[in-house]
Amino acid sequence: MPDIKLPCDVADKVTEICARHGNDPGELINILHEAQHLLGYLPEEMQRIIARNLNIPVSKVYGVVTFYAFFTMTAKGKYPISVCMGTACYVRGSERLLEEFKRVLGIDVGQTTPDGKFSLDCLRCVGACGLAPVVMIGDKVYGRLQPIDVKRILDELE
Amino acid sequence: MEDKQITLQIDHHFVTVQEGTTILEAAQQIGIDIPTLCHIDLKGTCIKNTPASCRICVVEVEGRRNLAPACATKCTEGMVVRTSTLRVMNARKIVAELILSDHPNECLTCPKAGNCDLQNLALRFNIREMPFNGGELSPRKREVTASIVRNMDKCIFCRRCETVCNEVQTVGALGAIRRGFNTTIAPAFDKMMTESECTYCGQCVAVCPVGALTERDHTNRLVEDLADPDKVVIVQTAPAVRAAIGEEFGMQPGTLVTGKMVAALRELGFDYVFDTDFAADLTIMEEGAEMLNRLTRYLDGDRSVRLPILTSCCPAWVNFFEHQFPDLLDIPSTARSPQQMFGSIAKNWWAEKMGIPRERLVVVSIMPCLAKKYECDREEFKTDGNPDVDYSISTRELARLIKRANISFTLLPDMDFDQPLGTSTGAGVIFGATGGVMEAALRTVYELYTGKTLKSVNFQNVRGMSGVRRATVDLDGFELKVGIAHGLGNARHLLEDIRHGRNEYHAIEIMACPGGCIGGGGQPLHHGNSAVLYARANALYREDAGKTLRKSHENPFIKTLYQEYLGKPLSEKAEHLLHTHYFNRSM
Repeated sequence: MPDIKLPCDVADKVTEICARHGNDPGELINILHEAQHLLGYLPEEMQRIIARNLNIPVSKVYGVVTFYAFFTMTAKGKYPISVCMGTACYVRGSERLLEEFKRVLGIDVGQTTPDGKFSLDCLRCVGACGLAPVVMIGDKVYGRLQPIDVKRILDELE
Repeated sequence: MEDKQITLQIDHHFVTVQEGTTILEAAQQIGIDIPTLCHIDLKGTCIKNTPASCRICVVEVEGRRNLAPACATKCTEGMVVRTSTLRVMNARKIVAELILSDHPNECLTCPKAGNCDLQNLALRFNIREMPFNGGELSPRKREVTASIVRNMDKCIFCRRCETVCNEVQTVGALGAIRRGFNTTIAPAFDKMMTESECTYCGQCVAVCPVGALTERDHTNRLVEDLADPDKVVIVQTAPAVRAAIGEEFGMQPGTLVTGKMVAALRELGFDYVFDTDFAADLTIMEEGAEMLNRLTRYLDGDRSVRLPILTSCCPAWVNFFEHQFPDLLDIPSTARSPQQMFGSIAKNWWAEKMGIPRERLVVVSIMPCLAKKYECDREEFKTDGNPDVDYSISTRELARLIKRANISFTLLPDMDFDQPLGTSTGAGVIFGATGGVMEAALRTVYELYTGKTLKSVNFQNVRGMSGVRRATVDLDGFELKVGIAHGLGNARHLLEDIRHGRNEYHAIEIMACPGGCIGGGGQPLHHGNSAVLYARANALYREDAGKTLRKSHENPFIKTLYQEYLGKPLSEKAEHLLHTHYFNRSM
């Protein structure tokens, strides 16, 4: 993981988020939630700033970030793709769907395409099991997808 | 508030305890030894880890459906506890077997073998086969630093190291990361310890119940050097070693074995057996002179003088302030630690006297400490790449080596150190206990400042085990205020105060480990029993009390050293050979 230097305004915003939560270590998860919104992920430098403001070891911050699947240290793509692997979607073929996304994009789960356009993740149930198998791209829900639809959808997002 | 007493029954025995006592503690009071693994409570120090996560200590409590962890369950009035029913024994055994199912079966070659809490439990629970094998072991990181070896395959996630590193020492180098089978204990961003704020204090090693965290072993290297006829191998022994190494040979904690230790080192084949205590006396001369210098300037009205002066003997403490308090680098004394002063004097003054070329001379130190291994490896303590102290061996390593060399330690005669670097005063001896450096400094500073002889050299008010202690010493009308802290978390409080301009001291002694060096990361394992630490400290004070010379400035060979070679404390030569500088290593 290269140590990316944050732009000043992002660093200031992180400090602001911490301050809004009273720099309270008990608020760490809420702070991380908001901080992740800034860039879509939590780079090392951001975690160090949070640790400093909350006066806790950075190892603790990193421990929380790696414990919860929601937090990520990889920059998400412009279009973050999440394939649902919940029970309903799984039995209706979401695994084949995921394989197709991997094949077309040439990346693995948790990775981002080199051009920064797409990132691929799995999730567990979005509550739209009637549409299984379901894929979310950004905030948009795609239902009843077949592997054959994958290429078309991605092309539309070009 | 009056303490409420509670009576309960454990395994048909009645016991009355104070409210708030756990079942584990109550059982201990009546001699029932409930097994534990993650739990450690070093009473009287701040080392305490009670996550109740391993479930080894479960017991049956009448009226409760589930088994209760004895370490975290408070006693209640009329409680009926059973600690060894079939249900309890089976549950404990299964818990241990599950832990073993993700633990390498490498006891034969494990550095912790014979001293491993998990191995002892397996033996105690009569585990003769592994019922839950089949799955692959979770692969985790290994790392060898100058001081500490990390083999996370063996980690059982008791979190003792994490608690000590974060809560006790406030270093914050180690933490649990990821989850499930992917969990590991590591520095932030899964980096190496060498890339973290680790001070190498070794307290994580001192509390690790298994072989996940151990010391970097140099015994093989030492065996080879001792066998090399071209090398002159000399040794220095830190004060705390003599008060602890006997434990490794079945002797009572607190047994002083100075003479036997010297004899064992001769048996091992060292050409000269010297004493770090000599260098401790030398440290007092330099550090004391620095203290007096700063104080007199301050009293003369010079307000640019930085006070308090902080001791600098403890290498983990030095690492700590270099990482965490880079804005205060000008406060600690510049005096090198006794280990490094010894190395410098041995490889310069003594080697010149003896006509031994530097590259043929090997200086080995026996230390209660793991940070000393890192310290002697620091670049500023090398001349043309040749270190003043070649390497440092912990008390545990020395004990292993003595056994390996077929030496019956307990039967050895008492022998004396060699001269001139083996003579020390009682002041040098007490360096090994918290408060000892300050007491040694006071003995010398008092006499040099006032020109009077001390009536009693015992400064009882700086001794003891409480985390932070303060004392006022009357220097002929001038009230010298001193502070003592052991444990880096306690040191942090004092440093934060200094940083924010709230300082009440003229001088502060800081030791990274609880109890000082006697509780160091390289000492025989205390297994959570703090009585061991008290016994070791008392042993050092006994040795001091039995010495004719008890003030550093009265050491005859220290006098010779200054007359023949150094001139006076803080002379140009002394500055060059016995002082150092610090680096900003903030992250």
